[in-house]
Amino acid sequence: MFLARVVGEVVATIKHGDLHAQKLLLVQPVTPEDEATGRPAIAVDSVDAGPGDLVIVADEGNSAAQVLRRARGPVRTVVVGVVDEVEGGGAAR
Amino acid sequence: MHFARVIGTVVCSVRVPSWRGHRTLLLQPTDPGGKDLGGRLVAVDLVSAAPGQRVFYVRGREAANALPDPDNPADAAIVGIVDEVRQGGWVRPAGGRG
Repeated sequence: MFLARVVGEVVATIKHGDLHAQKLLLVQPVTPEDEATGRPAIAVDSVDAGPGDLVIVADEGNSAAQVLRRARGPVRTVVVGVVDEVEGGGAAR
Repeated sequence: MHFARVIGTVVCSVRVPSWRGHRTLLLQPTDPGGKDLGGRLVAVDLVSAAPGQRVFYVRGREAANALPDPDNPADAAIVGIVDEVRQGGWVRPAGGRG
């Protein structure tokens, strides 16, 4: 899993059947210090997260299948938690 | 899943039978705004995308799972066509359908 900031939503009418009726969020991976790192990704929302939220994102097919309660499909990136606070973090500075 | 722009079609006279009925397209990954990002790749198309369109794709084992029969060797699959990316304000995708 990784920490990310929800920075937007993706609207797609034509998409794989397993993505129908799923909210697609644009997530920017961040460090525990909340600095952007790496490339943004599109994730399926499972916790009713919204723009601006700091979230935990799982990027693995079995995790996605379990969270979305369905057989393994094409989804691997899912928002699985909204972060209230990150304590510590051991930043190398 | 990540953003990309369809930049071509990859036509094969010989191909694994498990991809029958699905085209292989050439993708240029992009950032959410449509700017090129990283190297091009070949992906199996699940949404009848066309060159110039903005799409999103999945990589890894889940790409094969996108096909009706998951017993196939795909490691990248196009699973959606981007209408709009809402990032603060509404951003119109370049090369979209409208």
